[in-house]
Amino acid sequence: MSTVEITQNLPLGVTLPIYMDNHATSPMDPRVLEAMLPYFTTKFGNAASRNHSFGWDAEQAVETAREQIASLIGATPKEIIFTSGATESNNLAIKGIAEMYRERGNHIITQVTEHKAVLDTCKRLEKYGYRVTYLPVKADGLIDIEDLKRAIDDKTILVSIMAANNEIGVIQPIAEIGKLCHEKGVIFHTDGVQAVGKIPIDVQAMNIDVMSITAHKLYGPKGVGALYVRRRNPRVQIAAQIDGGGHERGMRSGTLNVPGIVGLGQACAIAQAEMPAEAARLQSMRDSLRAKLEAALDYVEVNGSWEHRLPGNLNMSFVYVEGESLLMGINDVAVSSGSACTSATLEPSYVLKALGLGDDVAHSSIRFGLGRFNTQAECDYVADKIIGIVKHLRELSPLYEMVKEGIDLSKIEWAAH
Amino acid sequence: MAYSDKVIDHYNNPRNVGALDKSSETVGTGLVGAPECGDVMRLQIRVNPETQVIEEAKFKTFGCGSAIASSSLATEWVKGKTVSEALEIKNTDIVRELALPPVKIHCSVLAEDAIRAAIGDWKKKNGVEETATVAAH
Repeated sequence: MSTVEITQNLPLGVTLPIYMDNHATSPMDPRVLEAMLPYFTTKFGNAASRNHSFGWDAEQAVETAREQIASLIGATPKEIIFTSGATESNNLAIKGIAEMYRERGNHIITQVTEHKAVLDTCKRLEKYGYRVTYLPVKADGLIDIEDLKRAIDDKTILVSIMAANNEIGVIQPIAEIGKLCHEKGVIFHTDGVQAVGKIPIDVQAMNIDVMSITAHKLYGPKGVGALYVRRRNPRVQIAAQIDGGGHERGMRSGTLNVPGIVGLGQACAIAQAEMPAEAARLQSMRDSLRAKLEAALDYVEVNGSWEHRLPGNLNMSFVYVEGESLLMGINDVAVSSGSACTSATLEPSYVLKALGLGDDVAHSSIRFGLGRFNTQAECDYVADKIIGIVKHLRELSPLYEMVKEGIDLSKIEWAAH
Repeated sequence: MAYSDKVIDHYNNPRNVGALDKSSETVGTGLVGAPECGDVMRLQIRVNPETQVIEEAKFKTFGCGSAIASSSLATEWVKGKTVSEALEIKNTDIVRELALPPVKIHCSVLAEDAIRAAIGDWKKKNGVEETATVAAH
């Protein structure tokens, strides 16, 4: 089959492959790239060079970016620390606070569906004598604020709860958590990676003390991120985890990635200007995708709260069809699956399991991550494609046949292997 | 993950999909795997009582592309073989034929189990003595 042939059969507005995995990473906005380009070549200076114009230009660009980021989240520029990305930001926040406030207490509270950059950091701290509480989530993926209230004790120094989940897109009650933490005098860190630039986040109104941000989830470059660190009411201190030249007020040494930082700043400025319109557009496309799939297929389930969810996220299980086989049938569409077969560990998604889903439902899940560059035509194409493949695979599925015959699968003694 | 052309072919055009009457004396049914593990295979054979030749084979599989391909291939291979010849099929033959990567070897093991389970069921129904036991794993 030639490429021309394929293209001719496609509806207007669809070119293959389609990228619909924007929670993993997003394509860079051309406007971001344009802003970055001079800082690779003509304006290549080191922002820490204080005695020539190359350094001044670079420093000016960095300070502009700081303002752009701060403006998006309601912070002040001095509260923005640049890092290499979300994983570093989460590590710096949690380890840096744990180290700095060790005298005050050794208890940290997080929750079970956090990103591994938070969970594994907490696991490491447990080895060093910290006590970590992993709050459960309800079936909708949200924590129960009462659980958090009960978990805070006089040794609690830090609560780290993500703003929005990377798999199911659910938005935690951040403002309530922030309010509670401030009442109790506990520092509140949030992994804002999926939320910043997608939904309104205001560190003042939400009482957020520390927040991780990354550029590549909001149409910026990979390898650059930021950490918001509150400077007043209360002033939060963080012990550096990378030592060196004392950059970033001593919290994160290392020559600044000026082009990347310019890109992050520009990405935030665009997000701030376009967020309301973009969120409405994504939500409308996402809703139409769900409606089309549900109209054509039985045994489909949305995973996680529908109400408290990022506008571009749809996580659905196509029960009795295994996720990897589904992905194989739509290899010109980039989405991801919670199926074990798509992971190295052969374990299905821990996030979906935390919602109380059976492994079989978790194995059947697909995450659609809609973003700025997706079109309604693409959503229609993807829906039709998924419907076709699910029907094909259900023809092959002994489980679907058995359920249709009225057999209760839970009553069968499966030979686990 | 890159799939071999043969896996893709079986996935797109699975052979012998369907069901045989499991209550029939001449039919053996093997149902292996578990939904929790992400793989369930059902393989059925119809055996000629005179010649012990497997004249028909059908499958349905819930699982990844490699699991679908392994069971589809298994139905092709058992057809026309006698019961004892079919028991000679090894999972390593399936791995080789489909060029399965190491993480997908369990799919071939499950297909071999499905063949053995189907033959075991047929033997039980027909009072044929078990010669080989299915290795649990």
